[in-house]
Amino acid sequence: MQETKNNNTSAEELKKAVWDVVKNIPDPEIPVITIEDLGILREVIINDKNEIEVIITPTYSGCPAMDLIGWNIKTELEQNGFKNFRITNVLSPAWTTDWMTETGKQKLKAYGIAPPNKKQIVCDTELFQQDEAVPCPHCDSYNTKLVSRFGSTPCKALYHCNNCNEPFDYFKCH
Amino acid sequence: MASTTTVSKEDKINYLLYIADTALILSHRNSEWCGHAPVLEQDIALTNIALDLLGQARNFYQYAAELIGNNATEDSLAYLRLEHEYKNLLLAEQPNEDWAYTVLRQFYISTFLFYLYQQLQQNEDEQVAAIAAKSIKEVAYHVRWSGEWVIRLGDGTKESNQRMQQALDFLKDYTGEVFIAANYEQAMQIDMATIQKKWEEKVAAVLNEAMLSFSTNNFSHTGGKTGKHTEHLGYILTEMQYLQRTYPNATW
Repeated sequence: MQETKNNNTSAEELKKAVWDVVKNIPDPEIPVITIEDLGILREVIINDKNEIEVIITPTYSGCPAMDLIGWNIKTELEQNGFKNFRITNVLSPAWTTDWMTETGKQKLKAYGIAPPNKKQIVCDTELFQQDEAVPCPHCDSYNTKLVSRFGSTPCKALYHCNNCNEPFDYFKCH
Repeated sequence: MASTTTVSKEDKINYLLYIADTALILSHRNSEWCGHAPVLEQDIALTNIALDLLGQARNFYQYAAELIGNNATEDSLAYLRLEHEYKNLLLAEQPNEDWAYTVLRQFYISTFLFYLYQQLQQNEDEQVAAIAAKSIKEVAYHVRWSGEWVIRLGDGTKESNQRMQQALDFLKDYTGEVFIAANYEQAMQIDMATIQKKWEEKVAAVLNEAMLSFSTNNFSHTGGKTGKHTEHLGYILTEMQYLQRTYPNATW
C-alpha cells in the first residue's frame, strides 16, 4: 500500500484521495472546524509524474497556526501512505471569510462563536463606523455590542450580548 | 500586458527589506506593551496588530530571502543583520513612551502602509502584489483602531489632550522621512506624491477632529532607510536578537 498509493491510481482518483485525507484536519485554534470548512485548503494538484501539491492559504498574514497546519497535512499524508508531495503556501487571491462553508458556519455557532456575516467592505479606513449587526450565538438576539475589533485570535472580534449578558467571539468577516 | 520596466534585483531586495524592517520593528515596539496596556481589550488589540505586522514582515522577508539566495532565510534577515543594515523608518523605532505616542505612531505608519499597499497591489511583481493585497485588509483595521484612539484622546480630557499634543510635537519630526524616497525606492516606481497627498489629507482630518494643533514643517530626521538610525534601534535589536546571538542556530 505504501508504495502504490501514488502510482496505481489515476490523477483524478489520487486528487480526490488526497483531498479526502487532508480535508478533515482541524484548525489548531478552533478545533471544531476543519481547514476545508475555513477555506484554508485551496487545491490539490497532481502533475504528470503523479506528484502531489497541496495548496493552502493563511487567514491572516501572521496566523501562527499555518506552520502547524502544514505539519499536520504532512503527517496525515505520510500516515496514509502518500509520497512525493509538497505543501505550498499561497497568498493570492487573499483569503476571505466568504470561502467558509455553510457547515463550517453552523459548527462555529454550535461552538459558541458567531459565524462571519457576508463580506462587507473591510478595506475602508473610515473611523467610528457603525458596528456590524451580529446575532448572539447563544440566544440569537441582535441586541449585541462590539467590545473590541480584536479578539483572542486575529480572526475574531469581541462582542457582548445585551440580552443574555454573555460575552462572545465573532469570527469577523474579512 | 508585458511591462518594459525593470527593477534591479538589488533595488528590489532593499525595498522589500525596507518594508519588512519597518513592519518588524513597529511590531516589536507594539509587543513591548503585551501585559502592560491600560485595559485587557486594548492589550489584546495591540498584540493582534503586532502579530499582523509580524506576518507581513515575514512575507516580505521570505521573498527577499528567495531573491538573495545564498542560504538567506527570514530568520537570518531578522536575527542576524546589524543595526546599519536595517532600513526601517526612524518613526517605527521611536520609544512607546505613553499610550498617546503609541497610537499616534501606529496611526501615522498604518495610514502610510494603507495607501502604499493600495498601489503595490497592482505591482508588476506578482509576489509583491499578493503580499500587499493580503496585508491591506489587516492594515485597514489598524488605521481605524489607531485613528479612533487619536481622536478619543485628543478630544478627551484636558490631560489626554495634552499628552496627545506632546506625542504629536515629538513625532512630527519623524514623519517627513516617510516621503523622502531612498534610491531603491525611486526604482520601484511608486507614485509617492499621491501617497503623500492622501496621507496628509487623512492625517489632517483626524488631527482636526482630535482638536490637536499641528503645522506642516519642512524639517525631518532622515537616515533610517539607509541604515543610519537613532540610538533606539540598537537597544531593540539587542533584545530581539539576543537568543540567536547567544545560542547561534537555536531552534525549538
